[in-house]
Amino acid sequence: MDAAQNIAHEIQHDLESDGDQFLTFILAGEEYGVDILRVQEIKGWDSVTPIPNTPEYIRGVINLRGTIVPIIDLRRRFQLEAVEYGPMTVVIVLRVENPDGGKSRVMGLVVDAVSDVYNVPEGAIKAAPDFGSVVDVNFVKGLATLEDVMVIMLDIDRLLNADELSIVAKIT
Amino acid sequence: MANILAVDDSASMRQMVVFTLKGAGHQVTEAVDGQAAFDVAKSQKFDLVLTDVNMPRMDGITLAKELRNLPNFKFTPILMLTTEAGLNKKQEGKAAGATGWIVKPFNPEQLLATIKKVVG
Amino acid sequence: MSIDMEQFKVTFVEESLEGLDIMESVLLDMHPGTADSEAIDNIFRAAHSIKGGAATFGLADIASFTHVVETLLDEVRNGDRDITGEAIVLFLSSVDCVREMLSADQNGEAVDQEHIEQVKAGLDKMLNSEPETEAVSAGHNDMLSGALAHHENGWQIIFKPFSGMLRTGNDVVRMFRELAELGEFTAVVNVEDLPPLSDMDPEDAYLSWNITLNGKIDKAQISEIFEWVEDDCELTVRPLEDGNTETVATDVVDDVSEKDPPVDLQVVSPAPERRAEEDRRQDNDRRQTTRKASSPEASSIRVGIDKIDDLINMVGELVITQSMLSQLGEDFSMDRVERLNDGLSELERNTRELQESVMRIRMLPISFAFNRFPRMVHDLSAKLDKKIELTMSGEQTELDKTVMEKIGDPLVHLVRNSIDHGIETPEVRKAAGKSETGVVNLNAYHQGGNIVIEINDDGAGLNYEKILAKAIERGLVGANEDLPEEKVYELLFEPGFSTADVVSDVSGRGVGMDVVKRNIMALGGSVDVKSVPGEGSTFTIRLPLTLAILDGQLVRVGDNTYIIPLVSIVESLLVDEKNVNEIAGKAEVYQLRSDYLPIIRLYEVFDIEPDRRSLDNGLLVVVEGDNKKGGLLVDELLGQQQVVIKSLETNFRRVEGLSGATILGDGTVALIVDVAGVVRLSRDDVRRSNEQIVAA
Repeated sequence: MDAAQNIAHEIQHDLESDGDQFLTFILAGEEYGVDILRVQEIKGWDSVTPIPNTPEYIRGVINLRGTIVPIIDLRRRFQLEAVEYGPMTVVIVLRVENPDGGKSRVMGLVVDAVSDVYNVPEGAIKAAPDFGSVVDVNFVKGLATLEDVMVIMLDIDRLLNADELSIVAKIT
Repeated sequence: MANILAVDDSASMRQMVVFTLKGAGHQVTEAVDGQAAFDVAKSQKFDLVLTDVNMPRMDGITLAKELRNLPNFKFTPILMLTTEAGLNKKQEGKAAGATGWIVKPFNPEQLLATIKKVVG
Repeated sequence: MSIDMEQFKVTFVEESLEGLDIMESVLLDMHPGTADSEAIDNIFRAAHSIKGGAATFGLADIASFTHVVETLLDEVRNGDRDITGEAIVLFLSSVDCVREMLSADQNGEAVDQEHIEQVKAGLDKMLNSEPETEAVSAGHNDMLSGALAHHENGWQIIFKPFSGMLRTGNDVVRMFRELAELGEFTAVVNVEDLPPLSDMDPEDAYLSWNITLNGKIDKAQISEIFEWVEDDCELTVRPLEDGNTETVATDVVDDVSEKDPPVDLQVVSPAPERRAEEDRRQDNDRRQTTRKASSPEASSIRVGIDKIDDLINMVGELVITQSMLSQLGEDFSMDRVERLNDGLSELERNTRELQESVMRIRMLPISFAFNRFPRMVHDLSAKLDKKIELTMSGEQTELDKTVMEKIGDPLVHLVRNSIDHGIETPEVRKAAGKSETGVVNLNAYHQGGNIVIEINDDGAGLNYEKILAKAIERGLVGANEDLPEEKVYELLFEPGFSTADVVSDVSGRGVGMDVVKRNIMALGGSVDVKSVPGEGSTFTIRLPLTLAILDGQLVRVGDNTYIIPLVSIVESLLVDEKNVNEIAGKAEVYQLRSDYLPIIRLYEVFDIEPDRRSLDNGLLVVVEGDNKKGGLLVDELLGQQQVVIKSLETNFRRVEGLSGATILGDGTVALIVDVAGVVRLSRDDVRRSNEQIVAA
């Protein structure tokens, strides 16, 4: 968990920046980024209580210091090959804003590993063409090249406010 | 500025009076009826007492009378907050030792103006 | 006005509603001619406060309406008027009107202007020949009219305080200061009354002054300055230059009325600001609506200081325990295990006490819910020509504020039911050898973590035959079925079930017992009824003390733990395969005595791997939700415990079949089963199956 702890440390102390800061993580060999201001914390992978009849990529819920938080499995979401989750597996806990202006929610994303925190200057994020990534272009804010690596910047609010997560499920 | 004792069994009136007085820089102590006011007065000095007339336990007029018996309150201005426009209540108040009265309803400006006259 | 009065209005409305409640309950207890002075004083003060506050906070209509009430009550208070039965009724109507006006102001609705005018007219009439002294006094004193009111050059004032003037806290300097603000002020002091020093009382007033005040000043302004001391001094105010020896001394007193803000004028000609648009509804309805509107679910709560102090103490103890454990943790070795255990049990005690303490904060005595009933019973019994006495006990029993707000309507319905269908008319009662006055009793007490509310009447009781007949008619019960008594009475809670021959205005309006039961169950409670024909009925409501916590039965299905609310569990049993019937190869039902329960395989519903799938010797938890029963198949019964309900919707969404989640002692999340939801899904299938079995 050292990598995660280091990053968590960095998040806490990195105050100065021009532009925005992004946390990047790795999923099936690709690097993705999320706005650091949305990252509440980073946890290790622990057991999850499954919720009946919800999409496969919703693994279930966990107890986060007394609050019930759903865990979304991005591999399943993007229909990637499943892997064994182990000690290196990381859950990024995010605060998701409601585009309709309601209350924000807390959700967790299961990813392979957390990468780093980058300062991304204004204008560095370019519009993403439909470049054949597994991610639906609607969920992507844009692309940026950070230290020679192409990072896919995710629009967290869109990704985690998708219909399946907000309408009431029926058990049938 | 002034240290004021405000007495009224109506919470909303008390709130309004306290808010108004504090806003003008005065120090205010609240009491919910005459008895509570008297209990506080026994151990504290005030520059002015503002009191409603009709209250449970001890009414404003009795309060004025009792306060005048306390050495610290012999000359303290005591103003009755009264809706009675009729003469007798005011007479009663004066007879009990009250300084004067403020007629309800009053707006905050009127209250502050009257208080200014009395405590400077 | 630079200070916004709106912020105080909320408090004013709250305290006024309380004051109105007090007025109402005092008036209800009052009998014509024998009112005790303390009671009169209380209602006078309530009306007086409302009037004063209404005028202060900009509610002119309420101020002028209440003014008349206050005037009448003042007369009663002074012994100038007797309290007649008519007066009591009129005052009660006034309470309604003011409630309505307050509610209308808060909700931006229109008032029933006609009704208010009517009551007002009644009040005015009662006041009848009483001279409108207030309005009249707004008139001016002759002295002040004409040429004397203004004077170009100023005034001469001769001011001699009486010896006691200073003892009223009045200050000559203050008055002079104020005079000086009006114009050019010169004063010459007169010491002729000053006694020798040895005879002087320092608190006395011996001096007098001859003051010249130059300027274009109204005499009224001068009078105002001396207003408070008019009786305590000799005051002469003469215009300068005039040889006029008009002594105006104590006549000055009448100027007082000029200073009064024009509240009085409103009494004389109140202008209704709003016109009612709604039609006249039934008295009960309007009152009921007003009551609902005027007591919205407030988002604040008053808490006794003692509860706060308890809380502070608990937290203090918790901090101590935490610090002790923290210290232990820093330097721990296995030989200190016992201290650790002590610390942990201390922590458990602290946490439990803190939990109880906090829950108590949301708790209010049930009297708040009971308080509407004296009035309601009074009005209803008059309306139905019945004699009914309402008794209440256990009003101080506390329950959660939100639970209490939600139990209000069901309680009203049950009490109305007792009055309407339970208690007989005086003639019938007399014929049956009972006293003409029926008794409805409300009782509340705590029992094992719940609050129990009983509504008891000594009326006719439930009609067993009638209920059974109706049930058979509706196909709820087989014609030849032999149902035990409680089961028959339980049928009362079936939807649409009303045995009233004529749907009475009061309680048969289609808002039935089933809704009552559903609302109570939604609070995690239960309701049942016992009855003895001819002697009466008792409805018993059981409610949890708080909504956030429930008593749950932990069950295991495969690797997962679920919680079933104890309140929904009827019984648990081992499946005997011969009682299992399969319908059309799909739905399964279990025959339990005379019931056919749908078997709900939880592992299917929740899509998980169970230990076993066969029914024989399986564990069936018989549950009831939404008036329907079912049997949940589980792998194992674990313990029972109190669980804190955590919302799934906060960060996720509502999931049908689940009413929330909880965190178990080991930190894992367990899901709470929504029994009604799970049963509802199987219900439709089973009903079809049931019909097939019965027909067979």
